[in-house]
Amino acid sequence: MAQSSNARRKFLVDIARTAGGVALFGLGLGLYSRQSRSLPAQALRPPGALDEADFTGACIRCGLCVRDCPYDTLKLANIGEAVALGTPYFDARAVPCEMCEDIPCVKACPTGALYHQLEKIDDARMGLAVIVDQESCIAFQGLRCEVCFNICPVRGKAITLDMQHNARTGKHALFIPVVHSDACTGCGKCEHGCILDEAAIKVLPLQLARGELGKHYRLGWDEKRKAGGSLVTPDQQHQYNLPEGMRYEYEGEGLIAPENETPFSDNPLDTLNKGFDK
Amino acid sequence: MAAGVSQLGKDAIKAKGWLKAHQWLLLRRTSQFGILFLFLLGPWFGVWIVQGNLVSSMTLDVLPLTDPYVLLQTLLSGHLPETIAVTGVVIVVVFYLLAGGRVYCSWVCPVNVITDTAEWLRYKLGIKNAQTLSRRTRYLVLGMTLILAAVTGSLAWELISPVTIVQRALIFGVGYAWVMMLGIFLFDLLVSRRGWSGHLCPVGAFYSVLGSCSLLRVSAAARDKCDDCMECFAICPEPQVITPALKGANKNIGPMIKDSNCTNCGRCIDICSKNVFRFDQRFNTYVAQQHQAGLTSKVGEGL
Repeated sequence: MAQSSNARRKFLVDIARTAGGVALFGLGLGLYSRQSRSLPAQALRPPGALDEADFTGACIRCGLCVRDCPYDTLKLANIGEAVALGTPYFDARAVPCEMCEDIPCVKACPTGALYHQLEKIDDARMGLAVIVDQESCIAFQGLRCEVCFNICPVRGKAITLDMQHNARTGKHALFIPVVHSDACTGCGKCEHGCILDEAAIKVLPLQLARGELGKHYRLGWDEKRKAGGSLVTPDQQHQYNLPEGMRYEYEGEGLIAPENETPFSDNPLDTLNKGFDK
Repeated sequence: MAAGVSQLGKDAIKAKGWLKAHQWLLLRRTSQFGILFLFLLGPWFGVWIVQGNLVSSMTLDVLPLTDPYVLLQTLLSGHLPETIAVTGVVIVVVFYLLAGGRVYCSWVCPVNVITDTAEWLRYKLGIKNAQTLSRRTRYLVLGMTLILAAVTGSLAWELISPVTIVQRALIFGVGYAWVMMLGIFLFDLLVSRRGWSGHLCPVGAFYSVLGSCSLLRVSAAARDKCDDCMECFAICPEPQVITPALKGANKNIGPMIKDSNCTNCGRCIDICSKNVFRFDQRFNTYVAQQHQAGLTSKVGEGL
């Protein structure tokens, strides 16, 4: 009796000790797993990847996307890398995404960690290109480059050139590349192609690259357009105190005198007495 | 009675010849290396028969296979996988229900080669230590990994799982994963005998639960011929599974090894010079043999 109760006690103590150890280990691992979700900025997920928090649960680290990538863009994170172990990513500066039309990596994913409903690669949002350094981008110095503009697979939509006055020379134009988030897929061709030693344009994960206007903000002109008219007070017709018979054109030549007409009468007295009742 | 153990396998080689005494071991190694080789045909020689890795693969563009343990973690993390992964899991589950859950450990998993090597070296060097983990630990680890997936919403265990790390490393490039391989090897060699595969690994624990009712079993069919040399206990990675089947005749326990932790490795079959063991299906009741042997043990155990 005493013996069996001793054995029972030993059993319970043993299992409690083991369970305690395992639980402690699990706690540490759980904390580590939260940390491992902080994807480094230069690591981009394949097209169609779910949000990072969902992705680390959905991706089973099988590497089928890596195998189906025809350009060896994707790789699996190995031990010692900052990306969650075994998950696929690419470094745009090294090998960018070539944006295959049939998106084989997404099709290969057995779990849907890469979203299977992504049908057009142009709809992929792997990240967003950002001109991170205007000081070194030679376009901002007034030099002609436009490599990022020309290499962009969504040419003319994701990156456009904005012509600005070159204040340094006073007579030339700056061809400033401007990224448009509605078209940029984050493929990284621009970062890969950037001629600088360290790219001035970089593809960043969306959450790093994008700002967001406060939800309470309303842009007056947008609201007015949506409502079809001013919501606050009715627009006042602006009154201009122009000389009689004259018009003013804002985008044109400015003050316009009525044709074949001069505001001045032949009789100088009329001019002098203007405004007084006749 | 344990005299034979010091010369493990000598009697079997004498009785059956070297090849016959290593038959299942050779087949297992062929299976383990063969599977790895199939995965490596693509990256090494450009022959793409199997893509992916042991967690999920696609063979000849038609056969999807997915590890049910990893997919279960995905489900618990709150993600509903695509049909292809579910199909892959069903195929894998059906296979292990037939072949025995822990067939994964002894016939597929490359970590088994590491731990077997450690065990072999341990035997050769005569390393004995008393560091005993409970074999129950692996179920606690299994539970912990599943809870962790549900709580963190990510495959937390897969961040450090030695099994998938080693498998992936062998197929996708080793990198620093050799540290993990060395770690498992040294742990099994110096810290705890059969520590990883037999005590801690949650993958093995999962597959033993999965295969607890599996069809293919090892049976101590000719247990009346047992001469108590104890070699099967010495060689078996889960020796506790043998006892009831081999020694249960007078307790009315059938000769089928039904413990779900039997890995169907066949080492007991190889090592037994008396040919006590053989592969069998679990519902075989041995009516004929029991009568031949003149034993009175209860029949119909499996039904």
